Amino acid sequence: MARGKAVAEEKKVGNGTLVLKRLMKNPNAVIGLIILVIIVLMAIFANAIAPYGYAEINVPDRLQTPSLKHFFGTDEMGRDLFSRIVYGARDTLKLSLGTVVFGTGMGIVLGSIAGYFGGWVDNLIMRILDVISAIPGILMAICISAVLGGGLIPTIFALGAGGIPGSARILRAQMISVREQEFVEAATSINASKLRIIAKHVFPNSMSPLIVSASMSLANAIIAASSLSFIGLGVQPPNPEWGALLAAGRSQIRDYPHLVMLPGVVIMLTVLAFNLLGDGLRDALDPKLKK
Amino acid sequence: MAPVIEIRDLKKYFETPKGLLHAVDGVSMKIEAGQTMGVVGESGCGKSTLGRTIIHLLESTDGQILFEGEDVTRVKGKDLRRVRENMQLIFQDPYSSLNPRMTVTETIQEPLYLSGRYKRGELAKETDRLMDLVGVEKRLRNAYPHELDGGRRQRVGIGRAIALNPKFVVCDEPVSALDVSIQAQVLNLLQDLQAEKGLTYMFVTHDLSVVKHISNNICVMYLGQLVETCASKEMFASPLHPYTKALLSAIPSVDIDHRRKRIVLEGEIVSPVDPKPGCRFAARCPYATEKCQQPQKLEEVSPGHFVACNQVREINHM
Repeated sequence: MARGKAVAEEKKVGNGTLVLKRLMKNPNAVIGLIILVIIVLMAIFANAIAPYGYAEINVPDRLQTPSLKHFFGTDEMGRDLFSRIVYGARDTLKLSLGTVVFGTGMGIVLGSIAGYFGGWVDNLIMRILDVISAIPGILMAICISAVLGGGLIPTIFALGAGGIPGSARILRAQMISVREQEFVEAATSINASKLRIIAKHVFPNSMSPLIVSASMSLANAIIAASSLSFIGLGVQPPNPEWGALLAAGRSQIRDYPHLVMLPGVVIMLTVLAFNLLGDGLRDALDPKLKK
Repeated sequence: MAPVIEIRDLKKYFETPKGLLHAVDGVSMKIEAGQTMGVVGESGCGKSTLGRTIIHLLESTDGQILFEGEDVTRVKGKDLRRVRENMQLIFQDPYSSLNPRMTVTETIQEPLYLSGRYKRGELAKETDRLMDLVGVEKRLRNAYPHELDGGRRQRVGIGRAIALNPKFVVCDEPVSALDVSIQAQVLNLLQDLQAEKGLTYMFVTHDLSVVKHISNNICVMYLGQLVETCASKEMFASPLHPYTKALLSAIPSVDIDHRRKRIVLEGEIVSPVDPKPGCRFAARCPYATEKCQQPQKLEEVSPGHFVACNQVREINHM
């Protein structure tokens, strides 16, 4: 009796809960998750955490080194660096997530279609993507930003577009090998629709490398955004996006290296957290690695 | 009553860079209800392609497929769905025929769900019944394929194939990837299911001892064409086509005193890409003559025994 109940209970546990459970058993993933939760909380409660406003100019206190009054010191206009980093988490997270969601999302759609259908559809999509990837990523981001203007949303488009060919290509290659497997044939023979075959049979078995590449792109997006900020595109000052902080501190790097190092460390930690979580997620989503 | 499956002059060609590959080239056969048709031949002779073409996983190039007397060769849409529900496939490799990210329940349930015949509440019950039927323990409900052994995986694949009560099942070498002890279990399961549900099988294999055990009739294929077909017993007692003779002489014997003369074929296999007319076996046939350059016809040599060889009478002293 008790055993029957246990089986029934086990049945109720959905796939999502199971994945989360497995994720929690992976210490690296947990560390990544904790760092990300802290950063997200920092972004949400920036008003409460930051001791000063992000654009509060205080000229007498300019270019201070870290102290109790200013944890991370101040920049050349006397703005508190810690407060700027805390507020900057907002735009940085929106920017990097938005970029990856847009780039990888489009990549998934195009890569799935190209990989599953093959033939001229595949050729058409991949040749267009070849054209996109022939343009250096940052150059294209500059072009798109120049046309669409600065600000968060245009920057997301500008940076995301460069990520489409890469993710589409990764997914396409995986799907081509998966669609030849017999369980796809079996799905056809039981009258599964093309959409269902792609979504339920081919895609879940092709996505592992994509998850890792998406978590890497999050990191690249932050770095690329800083390049755009540096040449005056991207997120506009005085909004404190992390990349922009890095770019702004660059002129003082000899005398006040903390202006570059501290935002750099925060970016590095975030990138690391995304990568750890991405690795953990890939393992948790793969039933074969269940221990 | 019309045979469950009748195919007439069925052809399936593939386009390759080198030319047209004649995978199945003018095959005709009838399979009566409740019977098992064994299809044997060496690797690459088109036996699997034949099975897949009949059940509409591949589109035929030419010829006709009749299901219970109705021409279903070019069905589309709703009719195609109905035809596919009635014709299923059991795969050779139980390691690639199951989706590694779906549990046993999900795999067996999928055809039931897709057919729309069952309500949400009935699905689980029907799935349980099917698991019972194919002998998969209930505790394995939420197991993933990699957690099962080959025999159990194949049982799950069989469960999925028979879920919608098909009339015709193509078994594409269903036991060749399994251990010998498991092979017997799976063959018995297939025979039990046939007896219980009146299934009609087409049993594709290169394992002659298996085909002898399970089939009523056998046809032998060579490079996309039928070379000989007759009742299973007769095939093993008196093979008439030179290729069949060579094939059957290759079966190992367990009797040490009985030394059978092994016919060893020499010569190259003709390419199935744009083949010449005439007997495709001629290049390896010990009896080949000028006449073999002419196209061969399947001819009824004795009642129910068809052979495609112009010299069949001379060779067999008939």
